[in-house]
Amino acid sequence: MCFDVKRLYALALGPVLMLMSLVSTGVWASESERSTVNMTAGVTEVGQQIYDLHMLILWICTIIGLLVFGVMFYSIYAHRKSKGAKASSFHESTSVEIAWTVVPFLILIVMAVPATKTLIEVYSFDDADLDIMVTGYQWKWKYEYLTDEGERVSFFSNLRTPQSEIGNTEAKGEHYLLEVDEPLVIPVNAKVRFLLTANDVIHSWWVPELAVKKDAIPGFINEAWTRPLKEGIYRGQCAELCGKDHGFMPIVVNVVSQEEYQTWLATKQGEAAQVKELMAQTFTLDELVERGKGVYERSCLACHGAKGEGGVGKAIAASAIATGEISGHLDVSIDGVPGTAMQAFGGQLNDVDMAAVITYQRNAFGNNMGDLVQPIDVFNHKKG
Amino acid sequence: MTSQTSTEYEKYYVPPKSRLAIFTTIGLVLSVFGASHVLNDMTFGDPSVETNSWSIFLTGLFVFIATLFAWFKMTIKENMAGMNSAQLKKSYVLGMFWFIFSEVMFFAAFFGALFYVRNLSGPWLGGEGEAGRMNSLLWEGFQFSWPLITTPQDAVGGAGAQLMANNGTYLGAEKSMAFANAHAWWAWLPLWNTILLITSSFTVHIAHSGLLAGNKKKFNLWLAISVTLAVVFLYVQYLEYHEAYAEFGLMLSSGTYGSTFFMLTGFHGFHVFMGMTMLLVQLIRSLKSNHFTAEDHFGFEASSWYWHFVDVVWVMLFLFVYIL
Amino acid sequence: MGDHHHGPAKGLTRWITTTNHKDIGSMYLWFSFAMFILGGAFAMIIRAELFQPGLQLVEPGFFNQMTTMHGLVMVFGAIMPSFVGLANWMIPMMIGAPDMALPRMNNLSFWILPPSFIMLACTLFMDGGAPQAGWTFYAPLSTTYAPPSVTFFIFSVHLLGVSSIMGSINIIATVMNLRAPGMTYMKMPLFVWTWLITAFLLVAVMPVLAGAVTMMLMDVHFGTSFFSAAGGGDPVLFQHVFWFFGHPEVYIIILPAFGVVSQIIPTFSRKRLFGYDSMVYATASIAFLSFIVWAHHMFTVGMPVAGELFFMYATMLIAVPTGVKVFNWVTTMWRGSLTFETPMMFSIGFLILFTIGGFTGLMLAIAPVDFQYHDSYFVVAHFHYVMVAGAIFSMSAAIYYWLPKWCGRMYNEKMGQLHFWVSFVGFNLAFFPQHFVGLAGMPRRIPDYALQFTDFNMMSSIGAFIYGAAQILFLYNVIATIVSGKPTSEEKTWEGAEGLEWTVATPAPYHTFETPPPVK
Ligand code: HEA
Ligand code: HEA
Ligand code: HEC
Ligand code: CUA
Ligand SMILES: [Cu+2]
Repeated sequence: MCFDVKRLYALALGPVLMLMSLVSTGVWASESERSTVNMTAGVTEVGQQIYDLHMLILWICTIIGLLVFGVMFYSIYAHRKSKGAKASSFHESTSVEIAWTVVPFLILIVMAVPATKTLIEVYSFDDADLDIMVTGYQWKWKYEYLTDEGERVSFFSNLRTPQSEIGNTEAKGEHYLLEVDEPLVIPVNAKVRFLLTANDVIHSWWVPELAVKKDAIPGFINEAWTRPLKEGIYRGQCAELCGKDHGFMPIVVNVVSQEEYQTWLATKQGEAAQVKELMAQTFTLDELVERGKGVYERSCLACHGAKGEGGVGKAIAASAIATGEISGHLDVSIDGVPGTAMQAFGGQLNDVDMAAVITYQRNAFGNNMGDLVQPIDVFNHKKG
Repeated sequence: MTSQTSTEYEKYYVPPKSRLAIFTTIGLVLSVFGASHVLNDMTFGDPSVETNSWSIFLTGLFVFIATLFAWFKMTIKENMAGMNSAQLKKSYVLGMFWFIFSEVMFFAAFFGALFYVRNLSGPWLGGEGEAGRMNSLLWEGFQFSWPLITTPQDAVGGAGAQLMANNGTYLGAEKSMAFANAHAWWAWLPLWNTILLITSSFTVHIAHSGLLAGNKKKFNLWLAISVTLAVVFLYVQYLEYHEAYAEFGLMLSSGTYGSTFFMLTGFHGFHVFMGMTMLLVQLIRSLKSNHFTAEDHFGFEASSWYWHFVDVVWVMLFLFVYIL
Repeated sequence: MGDHHHGPAKGLTRWITTTNHKDIGSMYLWFSFAMFILGGAFAMIIRAELFQPGLQLVEPGFFNQMTTMHGLVMVFGAIMPSFVGLANWMIPMMIGAPDMALPRMNNLSFWILPPSFIMLACTLFMDGGAPQAGWTFYAPLSTTYAPPSVTFFIFSVHLLGVSSIMGSINIIATVMNLRAPGMTYMKMPLFVWTWLITAFLLVAVMPVLAGAVTMMLMDVHFGTSFFSAAGGGDPVLFQHVFWFFGHPEVYIIILPAFGVVSQIIPTFSRKRLFGYDSMVYATASIAFLSFIVWAHHMFTVGMPVAGELFFMYATMLIAVPTGVKVFNWVTTMWRGSLTFETPMMFSIGFLILFTIGGFTGLMLAIAPVDFQYHDSYFVVAHFHYVMVAGAIFSMSAAIYYWLPKWCGRMYNEKMGQLHFWVSFVGFNLAFFPQHFVGLAGMPRRIPDYALQFTDFNMMSSIGAFIYGAAQILFLYNVIATIVSGKPTSEEKTWEGAEGLEWTVATPAPYHTFETPPPVK
C-alpha cells in the first residue's frame, strides 16, 4: 500500500502551507485605501487599535502554527516507516503536558490585556458631540439628527444601484451595491454617537472604516460611536440577515469638514421647513401623481412591483383597497397590516409624499379612479 | 425466552426485529404534520375552507398512543418472562434517569427565559441599566415592574406603539396571579396546589415503602391516593386558569408575564397529566395483574421518579412564578 | 452493507424492523450521506450564484432559503447522523458489548429522521417558501416575518431533537452499562470517550433547542411575546437560548471527530496515543467550557461590557484544552513509524486545517476585533475550516479506516489518495479566500456583492465545485468497495491498529460479543 508519488505529495504539502500562512499574515499594509485581503485599519483611533490587535493575534497564531506544523512535518519527513523508522514507545510526559497547558494560557493573557483595553474604549459612549438615531427598516436605513436647535433633520437612505445593473442588463458602476440616494453626513474629528434601533427585524449597522458594527434591534436602542479622523466617503452594509433584500441595504457615510457639515445641516433644516409648508398646500392631480410616482419607486416598488402587479405585497393594480374607499387606502398605507411585511408607512413618509403615493396608486396601473388625496387629508386621517 | 446456559454471564437480551419503532414513527410524524396544519389553518388559513388537518393530527396521535401502549406491554411481558438480566434492567434505569435529565433541561430553557425577561430585558426596556439607558426614547412612560401588568406597548399607547405595531398586539392584564393579588390566603389556589403536590410526593413514597415491605394493600391504597391528588391538582389548575382568563384578563398574549406564566405552568400541567397517567397505569397493573414484587417493580419506580421530578419543578415554579 | 452470517431478515423489512446496531449504523451513515449530497447541492447553488456579482440564477429570497437549508441540512442531517451512525457501528464493538443498550429505541431514533427531513425539505415547495432566516433563525425574522412553513420547520426540529436525545441516551446507557468486564473507563478507546461526552452535551442542550423553537411556535401562533419588545420580551432572548444550544452543538460536531482522529493517528504511527489521560480531561474541559461561552456569537447585540468580557475570556480559554489535543496528536506522530494510507492522510488534513480553523476561532473570540469580523465571510471561512475540514474530513477518514472491517473488502487506495488530494486542494481553494473577502468587508448571507470581492469569490466557487466533485469520487469508491472491492479477511486491516474491533472476524459478523470478550 505504498506509493512513490506519496513522498512527492508530502513534499508538496509543506510549501503550499507555508505560502498559505504567508498570505494569511497580510503582508499588505493597510493604509486608508481599503485592502481586498485584510482588515482595514479605517480612519479612527479605535479602528487602528482593532487592526493592531487583529494583526497581533494573527502573528501569534501564525507562529504557533508554524511551530506545530513544523514539528509535524518533520516527523512526517523523518519518522516514516518507508525510511525504516521504528516506533518508540513513549506515550506520556507529565512535565511536557503541563508546559503546553501553561504556556498557551500565558499567551492568552498576553492577548486578553490589550483586548480588554480596546473593548472598554469601544464602550465609552459618553461626551458625544453629535447624536444620530439610526433605524433599520426592511430594507433601508433611516437617519435622524438629534440636534437641539432648528428643525430635526431626518431622512431615509435607500440603495441607489439600478435594478438593471443587478439584473446584469447594464454594466455595473464603480460602487455597485454600495451607493445610496442620500448618504449620512457627519463632521470630521467629532465624536458621533449612534443610537441604533430597528422597525421590523434585526439589522446591523456596519461601516468597516469607522470601526462600527452594532445590531439594530426592534424595541431596543443600542449605542455605538466613532470619531473619524479623515474626510472621505466610507461605505458599509447591513450585517445581519434581515430578509429578502438583506444584501441590498448599503450604508454610505460622508465625512466632511465642520463647515461643510454646518452648511449641509442648514440646507437640510431648510428643506424640512419647506415640507412643513407644503403640507398646508393643495395640489392638482397631476402634481400628486408625478410626485407619487417617485415615492412609489423608492418606497413601494420593491414589494408591489413596477407595474403594481404585486410580489411580496399584494397587487395594487385592480386591488379592492386601491380602488375602494379612500379611507381604507389611507388606513393600510399609514398603519400597515400588522403581522405582514406591509409596514406602517405613516412614520416613514411625510404627509405630502403619502398623499402623493396614494393618489398615484389610485390613478396608475389601470386604477383610473380620478380621485386624489391632499396632504391635509393624510394629516387629518392620522389624527383619527 | 432465553435459557440460561452460562452461570457466570447472564446473557444481555437483544430483542429480535420489531415493528414498534416504525409505527411509533408513523404516529409521531403524522401527528406533528397534522398539528402543523391545524396551527397554520388557525393563524394563516381561511376559516371558510374545510381542511382535514384535525383528522390527520388525531389519527397520528391515535397510532402513536396505541403503539406506545403496545411497546410498554411488550416490555412488561418480556420482563415477566424473565428475559431481562440485571444488566438490562440497569439500562432501563439509566435510560429513565437521562430522560428525566433532558426534561429538566427543557424546563431550564423556560426558566431561563423567565429570568431573562424579569431581570434583564424588562428593566432595560424600562430604561434601567447600562444596556437600557436610551430605551426611554422608544418606550416613553414605561416603568418596569414584575409581574408585568402594563406592557411597553400599553404604556406608550397610540402613535408611540406604531413603531412596533407590526410585531403584534400585547394588551397587558388587569391582575397577576401573585400572592399579593389574592384576596385571602385560603383563596390563593397555587398554595393549595403546592400542598397537593407535595403531599402526593409523600403518598407515592409511602406506597413505595409498602411495596418494599411486601404490603400490596398499602401500596395500592397509597398509589390510588396519589393519583387522586394528581387529578385534584389538575382540577385546581383548571380553576386557576379560568380565573386568570375570565377575571384577570391574563392571557398568553398579555405580554411576558402572561407568556411565561402560561408556558411554565402549562408545560408543568402537561407533565402532571403524563405523570398521573403513568401512576394510574401502574395502579391498574398492580390491581389487575399483580405485576409488582418487592424486588422487581421498575415500572412503578420510574413513574415515581418522574412524579418527584414533576413535584420539584412545581416547587421551583411556586417560588419563581408565584412568590418572588 | 456487506454480507452477514446469520440473523438479518430479508428485504426491506430487515431495515425497517431491525434492532441490530450494525444495520442501524449503516442506515444512519447512508442517510447522512444522502443529506450531505442534498446540503451540498444547496451549497452548489449558493456558490454558483456567488460566482459573479449580479443576480444570475436565483431570487434573493430563494437564496436565503438555500443558505438556511444548507446550514440546517448539513449540521442536523449530514454531520450529526453520520457520527451517530459511526457510534452505532463502533461503540459496541469497541467496548465489547453485544449491541446498543436499548436496541428498539435505537431503531426509533433512526426512523424519525428521514420523515422529519422530508418534512423540512418539503417547506421549499410551500406557499411563501422555506424558512429563510438562516440556520440560526433569529427572531423576529423567523417568527413575525416568517413564511407559514415555519410551523413545519419548528416541528421537524422537535423531531430531530427527540431523535438525538433518544440516540444519546442510548449511547450513554451503552457506555455506562455494557462495557465488557475489565474495560474500565480509562481503558476505553478515545472515540468512545468523546462520544460519551458528546452524548451528555446532546442530552443537555437538545431540550433547550426544543424550548427555543417552542417559544417561537407560541409567538407565531398564540400571541406570546417572548421575542417582542412591545410585550416586554426581547429578540435577543432568542439568541441567548439558541446559542446556549448552538455553541455546545459545534462541539457536538467536533468531539466525535476528535475521537476518530485519536484512533487513526496512533494506528498509522504504530505508536500508542500520547497523553491518553490528558486527552480525556481535555475533552471534558472543552465540554464544560462550551456551556459558558455561548454569547461570543452575540458580541454585537449590545450586551453590557461585563458580559462581553466574561464571554471573551471564557471563549479564549477553550484554546488551552484544544491545544493539548493538537499537541498530543503531533507528539503521537513524533518518532513513530508513519505510513500514509488514506485514513491517515485525511487525519493529517484534519489536523492542519482544523488547527487553522481553531486559530481563526480564537481571533473571533477577541470581542473588540469580532466587531469587524462578525457576520462577515471571515466567520464563514472559520466554521467551514472546523466543520468541513474538521468533521467531514475526519468522517471520510473514519469510513476509509473501518470500511474494510465492515464489509470485508478493501477500498481502492489510489482512488482514496486522489479523493484526499482533490478534496484538500478544492477545500482550500474554496474557503481560504473567504478569509480575505470577509476581512475586506463582505457580509455573509448575501446573494450579490460589491465588485472588489469578485476575484476571490470566483476562486471560492471553483474550489467548491472541485471539492464537491471529489465527493462523487468518494461515493463511487465506497460503493465500488462494497460491491466488488478486493475481499479481505484479516482481522486486523491495519498493522498498527489496536482495540477490540480488530479482534473480531472480518467482515464483522452480524452479532459480535454475545458474551463479553476478555479485556487486557
Ligand atoms: C465544529 C465546529 C466548531 C468548532 C470546533 C469551533 C471552534 C471555535 N470557535 Fe467557532 N463557530 C462555529 C463552529 C465551530 N467553532 C460555527 C458553525 C460558527 C458560526 C455560527 C453562525 O453564526 O452561523 C462559529 C462562530 C464562532 C464565533 C462567532 C463569530 C461571529 O459570528 O462573530 C466565535 C467567537 O468567538 C467562535 C470561536 C471559536 C473558538 C474560540 C473555537 C475554539 O474551540 C478553537 C480552539 C482551537 C485552537 C485555538 C487551535 C488549536 C490550539 C493550539 C494549537 C494551542 C495554542 C494556541 C493558542 C494559545 C493561540 N466561533
Ligand atoms: C457541517 C456543516 C457544513 C458543511 C459540510 C458545509 C459544506 C459546504 N458549505 Fe456551508 N455552511 C454551513 C455548514 C456547512 N457547510 C453552515 C452552518 C452555514 C451557515 C448557514 C447560515 O448562514 O445560516 C453555511 C454557509 C455556507 C456559505 C455561506 C452562505 C451565505 O452566507 O450566504 C457558503 C458559501 O460559500 C457555503 C458553502 C459550502 C460549500 C461549498 C460546502 C461544500 O463543502 C459542500 C460539498 C459537498 C457537496 C457538493 C455534495 C457532494 C455531492 C455532489 C457534488 C453531487 C451534486 C449533486 C447535485 C448538484 C444534484 N456554506
Ligand atoms: C416590505 C414590503 C412592502 C412595501 C415596501 C410596501 N408594501 Fe404595501 N403591502 C405589502 C404586503 C405584504 C401587503 C399585503 C398585506 C396583507 O396581507 O393584507 C401589502 C398591501 C398593501 C395594500 C393593500 C392591497 C390590497 O389590495 O389588499 C396597499 C394599498 C399597500 N400595500 C400600499 C403600499 C404603499 C402605499 C407602499 C409604499 C409607500 C407600500 N404598500 C409598500 C408589503 C409592502
Ligand atoms: Cu438589514 Cu440585513
Ligand atoms: Cu460558538
